[in-house]
Amino acid sequence: MMKTLSAKFERFGGVMLLPVILALIALVLIGRPSTWVTLTVAGLAMGMMIFLMASGLSLIFGLMDVLNFGHSAFVSFGAFIAASVLAWFGVWVSGGNAILNIAALMAAIAAATAFGALAGWAFEHVIVKPVYKDHLRQILITMGALIVADELILMIWGGAPIPVPRPAVLTGSIVIGDVSIEIYRIFAFALGLCVYIAMHFALNRTRIGLLIRAGVENREMVEALGFRIDRLFIAVFMAGSALAAMGGAMWAGYQSLITTAIGAEMMILVFIVVIIGGLGSVEGSLLGAILVGLMANYVAFLFPKMSLASNMILMMAILLWRPFGLKPAVKG
Amino acid sequence: MSNAATLPGTVPAAANRHLAGRFIVYAAVLAIGLALAFAPFLFPDVRAQEVAARICVFIVLVASYDLLIGYTGIVSFAHTMFFGLGAYGAAIALKAMGPGFDAILFGGALGIVATVILAALIGLLSLRVKAIFFAMVTLAAASVMMVLASQLSAITGGEDGMTFTIPRLFSPAQALVTGEDGKALRLFGVALNGRVAHYYFVFIISLILFLIMLRIVASPLGTVLEAIRENEMRAEAIGYRVVAYRTAIFCIAAVIAACAGILRAVWLKYTGPDVVLSFDIMLDILLMVVIGGMGTMWGAVIGVAIMTLAQYYLKDVMAAGTAATADIPFLPDLLNPDRWLLWLGLVFILLVYFFPAGIAGTLMGKGGHK
Repeated sequence: MMKTLSAKFERFGGVMLLPVILALIALVLIGRPSTWVTLTVAGLAMGMMIFLMASGLSLIFGLMDVLNFGHSAFVSFGAFIAASVLAWFGVWVSGGNAILNIAALMAAIAAATAFGALAGWAFEHVIVKPVYKDHLRQILITMGALIVADELILMIWGGAPIPVPRPAVLTGSIVIGDVSIEIYRIFAFALGLCVYIAMHFALNRTRIGLLIRAGVENREMVEALGFRIDRLFIAVFMAGSALAAMGGAMWAGYQSLITTAIGAEMMILVFIVVIIGGLGSVEGSLLGAILVGLMANYVAFLFPKMSLASNMILMMAILLWRPFGLKPAVKG
Repeated sequence: MSNAATLPGTVPAAANRHLAGRFIVYAAVLAIGLALAFAPFLFPDVRAQEVAARICVFIVLVASYDLLIGYTGIVSFAHTMFFGLGAYGAAIALKAMGPGFDAILFGGALGIVATVILAALIGLLSLRVKAIFFAMVTLAAASVMMVLASQLSAITGGEDGMTFTIPRLFSPAQALVTGEDGKALRLFGVALNGRVAHYYFVFIISLILFLIMLRIVASPLGTVLEAIRENEMRAEAIGYRVVAYRTAIFCIAAVIAACAGILRAVWLKYTGPDVVLSFDIMLDILLMVVIGGMGTMWGAVIGVAIMTLAQYYLKDVMAAGTAATADIPFLPDLLNPDRWLLWLGLVFILLVYFFPAGIAGTLMGKGGHK
């Protein structure tokens, strides 16, 4: 009985079904379809933003066995840089001209992403490189870097919450029937999806992607074949950091008021996502991020106080079922 | 794994130097111990008492963390969670049952039971996988606990925490030994009142807990833990159940942390997320253990003493520095007392790079880690 059930489950898409199942359960519990649609869209958008932050971390770990506890520093820096750039553009952001709006937004996201890539390069060289293959010191040293980065943010932007102006074209919501959907959420979802598709394409259709996947699978073998995995790793580290900063920028726009706690808040969700999804796998990160995003929004509506705890319980449950995550790319 | 020989400490030629180093470490620990033992008489002012009590509690907390990170090689970020469980257990019981030792015992026991259950669950669930995985799981668990503590405000007092009264024995108005004039007897100019009893309550229990930990690391269990740290596979192959040992030490360390939490609550007469659960406390513990030296109990003592003194007194120095450099651009910002964590972070990174064995480990040429 259990066997046929699990075989059926695998045939219909296996773990990829989980978000659908979660959404259906939520539909029953919530009862009102219009609320459900709003929450689902919010959850998907949130999931996509978390995916941006989580995928880099997961890949970095998968490729080089490096877990960067300072990853959230890129998220915070991305958020604050985006906020500053948007504030600097002033009337371009708040004005009615859609093209200027989008230009300002793109500039903000690009600035955050570029900073993420550059800072990632520096971070890799200064902080991570001396402690390859030593997990304990890696955790400690990236933690130290996180402290320093948080303090730098406090020093530059101060401790008070900073408002993030949202481009006029992305404010407001679309109303279909009695369902209203915030435009920013659609934008966040679309951007996340584009990044995912680009990553999927890069990993599965290009030579570099092939090398990255091979490196995640068996680094020594790839090195023995004469490829410089460490150079590849720097590129992956930069890309991962840039994505984290991009995710931070998007999240800043979504929150519209950011504090220095943003990095720590997101870090927990990112960790849960990476653990649920399985280390080293981009698909796993996407799956985990969407599960976490949906869960957070449904539970925040149904049982407001349980919001973060619910994701923890989700993680525990999934760990009991699959100790290495849903779609692990690295074993053990 | 085998590069222990490259640590500066393990070269035989340096044996003499390490004898001297060992002596310095023991002398420092002895000095700290004596200073703490006679703190009410040596440093009678209130702030110094607070510093001394904090050092006592944190020595226990950091040493118990060192059992995990230094002796067994487990990186956990949930240590404040257990610290908090103990503190909240005592606090809630003291609030509900009124001030009395029965409340401390009962609440503390509840906190410890919760700690054991939670630690065993987390341990069995995730200690079988990679170290890094465990670190992430504990980090997530700890932050959820913090959110719960601030949201369940009916029980925990929320963000504001809760204040409560402690047994009357500990109040300054209570004379321990009454002199001829009917007031508390004075010894070396210090009144023997409830404040002294309050401090020695914290000090003696901390001392007992610390001695228990010294016993643990010297026992066969301690040796097995070090074996697991050095080579997990080999330990497993010899026949030690690595997961069982790891879970056991995780539970032991958690219980000791919970005891430290009870002490902290009783000392402060207050429990809130900021003083027992916040991530800053976890960072403090990490910094203390790394500065002092992982893998030696003495390192915990030294690390806590240095860090706590710096936390309380370095800020004053930095404030003076800010005032002195007020005319120079940017420099006052860097010297602002609020920025002291920045400097600490930098020192921490440099320490992990150059002296991974910490102060005690480097001096004694031992411990630390592969």
